[in-house]
Amino acid sequence: MRDTLERLPAWARWALYAAIGVFLLTAVQTISDTERLTQVATAREMLRFAVPIFLAGLGGLFSERAGVVNIGLEGMLILGMWFGAWGSIEYGAWWGLLIGVLGGMIGGLLHAIATVTFQVDHIISGVAINILAPALARYLSEEIWESPTTSPRTSAVGDWDVPFLAGGTIFGWESPDWLLSIANQEWWYVSDVAQLSRGLLRGTSWVSIIAIALVPLTAWLIWRTRFGLRLRICGEKPSAGEAQGINIIRYKYIAVIISGGLAGLGGAFISTELSGLFQGGNSAGRGFIGLAALIFGNWRPGGVLLGALLFGYVFGLDLRDLDGTASHAMLLVTAIAFAGVAAWAYTRRRTTDTILAGVLGGGALFWWFIADTVPSWWSNTLPYVIVLLVLVFFSQRLRMPAALGQPYRRGET
Amino acid sequence: MRRLAFSLAAPLGAFVLTLIVSTIALLAFGSSPTEAYGDMLSHAAKLETQVDILNRATPFYLSAVAAAIGFRMNLFNIGVEGQYLMGFLFAAQVGSMVNLPQVLHIFVIMATAMIVSSLYAGLAGILKTTRGVNEVISTIMLNSIAVGGLIAWLQQEWQADLGENFSSTALGTNEIAESGLLPTINGIVEIFTREVGQGKELTGMFLIAIAVGVAYYVLLNRTRFGFDLRASGINPFAARAGGVPPKRMVLAAMMLSGAVAGLIGMVELAERGKFPPDPIQGLGFAGIGVALLGRNNPGGMAFAAILFAFLDVSSGVLDSTGAASREIATIMQGIVLLTAVIAYGVANRLRERDEAREAAEALSANAEVVPA
Repeated sequence: MRDTLERLPAWARWALYAAIGVFLLTAVQTISDTERLTQVATAREMLRFAVPIFLAGLGGLFSERAGVVNIGLEGMLILGMWFGAWGSIEYGAWWGLLIGVLGGMIGGLLHAIATVTFQVDHIISGVAINILAPALARYLSEEIWESPTTSPRTSAVGDWDVPFLAGGTIFGWESPDWLLSIANQEWWYVSDVAQLSRGLLRGTSWVSIIAIALVPLTAWLIWRTRFGLRLRICGEKPSAGEAQGINIIRYKYIAVIISGGLAGLGGAFISTELSGLFQGGNSAGRGFIGLAALIFGNWRPGGVLLGALLFGYVFGLDLRDLDGTASHAMLLVTAIAFAGVAAWAYTRRRTTDTILAGVLGGGALFWWFIADTVPSWWSNTLPYVIVLLVLVFFSQRLRMPAALGQPYRRGET
Repeated sequence: MRRLAFSLAAPLGAFVLTLIVSTIALLAFGSSPTEAYGDMLSHAAKLETQVDILNRATPFYLSAVAAAIGFRMNLFNIGVEGQYLMGFLFAAQVGSMVNLPQVLHIFVIMATAMIVSSLYAGLAGILKTTRGVNEVISTIMLNSIAVGGLIAWLQQEWQADLGENFSSTALGTNEIAESGLLPTINGIVEIFTREVGQGKELTGMFLIAIAVGVAYYVLLNRTRFGFDLRASGINPFAARAGGVPPKRMVLAAMMLSGAVAGLIGMVELAERGKFPPDPIQGLGFAGIGVALLGRNNPGGMAFAAILFAFLDVSSGVLDSTGAASREIATIMQGIVLLTAVIAYGVANRLRERDEAREAAEALSANAEVVPA
């Protein structure tokens, strides 16, 4: 069965995973007293949360594929937030995005200078950037907007409804909204899929569309081009690349600067699209979560997106779940996921893992039985707990670049 | 002599570079650098400001020691932030529930903070030793779990019942009785100087921080444990071959780091008598910066902590004099950190090159003596 799965083309495999995921949600929802798990707004919030996480994670992918650990993503994201807001106010929405990207790139350049040229420990340089970036943003805000934490309103690049599927307009003609009609039929599972898809396709920010387009683009760049191959050599075995005449230093610089630019785009998205202004603290650790998505996604573009969407789903669901019923239903989803992990571990004869997953899943199931609602901490911590659990259970299946975090000097092996 | 020059040149170079960059930043927005620096220095010359600076340097220093314990064995405890806030919150809650004689009450509060923080840090240690989970990632995740989830929730659960006296300043956990608050040590300061005015009080945690610094020095340089810790940091394989159990060391270092982190919040607890709704945040990350700047050295970190505190506190005067935006101080913190880290790296490389050349010269000198 695994062979059949692996013979499928990537898009079909992902579609299958998505269908199974929604099926699980629908099944759980049927026996729960909530409808939020598959609502249109849930999918929309998921995407809005996921995009900056994904962009930061993708930034991390470029940097780490080239062997440079990037804890500074959070700082670069904050630079993108500030510069994006400033650019948007001064020159308009699209310029704002571009300037946000440039702001993030400045952070990336700093990180590259410290780690690649001066061989400062990557974590240390990243921490320094995370301290410097918010300080710079506060200073510039104070000097330019006369408030260290908030800017005036920014403008956004706007959004798009997909024609036919989600009722978008083509040259002024309003196309039918097919997904809405399917959703209104209230067919079990089918309507749920329609609702979630419609949340992704209607009122979608252009930045989100760019972000999603970056998945195949990055995959192509990393796996199919000469540039990507050389980038990966920097992260796997730089001395081998050097022997081939590749300028490792240059590629590392490019990778880390791209990394900062992507995190900057994520930051610009937060200030111009999500909040509509720059606000200190609005990054809310998304740079760090992006790093988590990168690990969750096993340093692959599609995996990073999957991780970002998963975290975005949990955050987005929590945002609208005022009475805690949807979070309660998520307990059952968690229990089922643990059951899956336990089964997987059992087939591999990993007894400790089987027992651990079984106990955790049993605990979630028990909690689901005895409680009607769950306290806020459950959904607020779930994304981070997921990352820890992935590392606990699957760290042997994760494969990070071999030379990640190691200093590189020309002429040394 | 050359070595001393190397080790002094790096921080000095970083300092000069920081001054240059911040001067540019000031000039860029039409502020006068001389006026801004002058205002900050003259403000810092006042005794009351100095008390504030020491009060601020104390948590910075504790946080730096916590981070440094990990750094000395190449263990990155990025999670000091979450650890100290957890310890702080639990200590405030436990402290408000009990009523004990002073010494015992304070002891119970501090022990609670240290134990809770230590256990929280130990989680990352267990994940690393049993499952090989990288501590950088796990401590970042545990930070978010603590700050965004557990603490926000526990703050609500443990919110003091205000009844009709509701006001936003009264929010927080129940107030701790007077017996649980660490006394201030103005008396000791005033032996050497005049009376401290403006109701400023030097926190008693200042003495504890000094004690922690001394203990850190003794532990690392004069005990078996410290030797094992440093050995594991320099070469884990050699340490292992030398009989140092690597897993136990990781767990011990992590929990010790967490225990020291637990003390960070005690400064604010003594000042405010409860876990406030808006505790000072970022002390954990600042502490990492202080540790890096002070090169994990007890004296160096003390200097760095005071420098960071000086920038934080004395920049406050800029709000009233209007010479510049006070945020310039945070910029200077960030830049001095980044430039210092780079400068240390460069100095290290120069010294290595120097030593290699010396060794080569010594070898060739020997070679001439040996008859062919």
